[in-house]
Amino acid sequence: MPRIVLEQVRKSYGAVEVLHPIDLKLNDGEFTVLVGPSGCGKSTTLRILAGLETLSGGEIYFDDKPISALDPKERDIAMVFQDYALYPHMNIAKNMSFALRLAKVPKAEITEKVQRVSKLLNINHLLDRKPAELSGGQRQRVAMGRAMVRDASTFLFDEPLSNLDAKLRAKLRTELAEMRDTIDKNMIYVTHDQVEAMTLGDRIVVMSDGRIQQQGTPEELFKSPINRFVAGFIGSPTMNFMAGTLTEANGQLWVQGDGCRLPLSAEQASRLKTFKGADVDIGLRPSSITDDVSRGAPIELRVVVSEYLGAQTVLVTRCGGTELQVEMSSAGRFAAGQTRTFGVVTDELMIFDRDSGLRL
Amino acid sequence: MQIARINRLTPYFFLAPAIIVMAVALLYPIGYMVWASFLDWNPSQRIGEADFVGLRNYAKLLNDAAFLESFWVTVKFAAVVVVLEMILGVGLAMLLDRQLRGMTLLRTIFILPMMIAPIVVGLMWRYMYHPSVGLFNRTLKSFGLEPVPWLSDGTWAFASIVIADIWQWTPFIFILSLAALQSLPRSAMEAARIDGASGWQLIWFIKLPLMLPVLIVTALLRLIDAFKVLEVILVMTNGGPGLSTEILALRISRTASEFRELGTAAAMSNLLLILLMALTLAMFTYTKISEARAARLRAAASKDH
Repeated sequence: MPRIVLEQVRKSYGAVEVLHPIDLKLNDGEFTVLVGPSGCGKSTTLRILAGLETLSGGEIYFDDKPISALDPKERDIAMVFQDYALYPHMNIAKNMSFALRLAKVPKAEITEKVQRVSKLLNINHLLDRKPAELSGGQRQRVAMGRAMVRDASTFLFDEPLSNLDAKLRAKLRTELAEMRDTIDKNMIYVTHDQVEAMTLGDRIVVMSDGRIQQQGTPEELFKSPINRFVAGFIGSPTMNFMAGTLTEANGQLWVQGDGCRLPLSAEQASRLKTFKGADVDIGLRPSSITDDVSRGAPIELRVVVSEYLGAQTVLVTRCGGTELQVEMSSAGRFAAGQTRTFGVVTDELMIFDRDSGLRL
Repeated sequence: MQIARINRLTPYFFLAPAIIVMAVALLYPIGYMVWASFLDWNPSQRIGEADFVGLRNYAKLLNDAAFLESFWVTVKFAAVVVVLEMILGVGLAMLLDRQLRGMTLLRTIFILPMMIAPIVVGLMWRYMYHPSVGLFNRTLKSFGLEPVPWLSDGTWAFASIVIADIWQWTPFIFILSLAALQSLPRSAMEAARIDGASGWQLIWFIKLPLMLPVLIVTALLRLIDAFKVLEVILVMTNGGPGLSTEILALRISRTASEFRELGTAAAMSNLLLILLMALTLAMFTYTKISEARAARLRAAASKDH
């Protein structure tokens, strides 16, 4: 499998630059997820990789070989599309074998491959049907099967699950995760759903506004986001942000927010000393606030709504004028309108520069 | 209930004016024509004075060499122009289905011939085909080539009317094909490119099969039209030389006005009408079948997940 390198890849339509020069290295055999809100350039990046869009500048290398001038068919890639992109006039077997038939692979070999892959994906009873006769989930499986039959070295997925209902999406996500472990290929997966990104990706590339914000393992992105955007994008429920300032009192560094004051840990304090007096945004994960006051710095919150989700409860609370979400494991003890003290695990606090959004 | 009945009848009241207009403007003339085809009717007589001859007009037609020749010319003309126009129109659509500067203007220019009145088209081509001052022969002459008897030789005249018809009606197929092409699913095409299809393979394995329903209906529409063609040929050759370009519509009009045999002309019209109805029915059947198939596929998909 080739190691894929994007070097200063740029894309513009007329005067509009949709992809600012991006650099990206994808390691051999890795499952990479490009994630970001719509319009962030992730799909464009994937389509440029596939050769469906030309790049406006820069170069892509597969194993040090520049490929931007090559046709899609010369790139040894297979792609799964959001709307499945099956050929409506061919039955499933023909859909899956189209590439092989074009490549003049012997008939017996085609039949064998289609059989094997369709069994693997549990679609072997559908081979004689037309795509219109299948449900969304089945079509998506066929689209994956069509890519797998190809034996290409690199698989591209363009939001393959986003047209499915929630239950089916979760099921296919699990199947994809299994597939990831059994198939040793480069896989590049585009999604706007951070849950998909977190569960599937060996490595996640977070994009926004045509730029790569950060890349790393799911854990790296969750635990040490480099800026406010990544922090807010990764994690569910999303991180709470509160405007504040860094102050010093009693030989201790604090963040003063609207209606609360939280002490910083010694480790954070040594890092943030130089920013004393700066305007910052305080980032607080909903899971970093607990009802166990002994576990953290006290904070007074007024419960606005209590959303019972079964195993967990999400409380929507107010601290001064700021809305904060709190994730609780237990349910039912927090009536709306009640004000009470929670504990903030200050080690997990994140401080961002107000203007640049960078994590301090 | 009185009111319920009136409510049920309401749609028919609304439809009534249209039905009356249809009956007067369409069914009455057709009925008149069918009746006339059973008569030995001369234009100087009133229809009531004509003799009833039963099916004799039809029987006569089947043994009339000139009519059969006309019929053959019409079938040949329709087949040749529709085949050539389909190839050219679809080919042009494939070529012009892309984002290029000025393409909108180019497309508009392409469909202009269709908008010109047939009589004008006929006159225009007659002048261009003129043996001495026409554009074609003057051009040939300037290259030092022999002039071509465009409209004065039977074979050339047939070719000439075919060329004029292709010029006028290829745009019709072009715009319908282009619309069909542009409504094809983009991503299926992209998937085929990734699957390794070359440009020709893309056309042959993906685009044409997906366009097929539209192409079939377009071809049938054109065929129906080609059987009815009259004005352009009337102006260009008036059926000549000999019977080489005398299509049915022309034969009918000559039978009625020159030979003064209204009954025979009516019988010919009926035969043409039957032929056209068969084509129209074929078209409706085709669309009905494809709709039924689509419905069946949808039902199958929703049944099983």
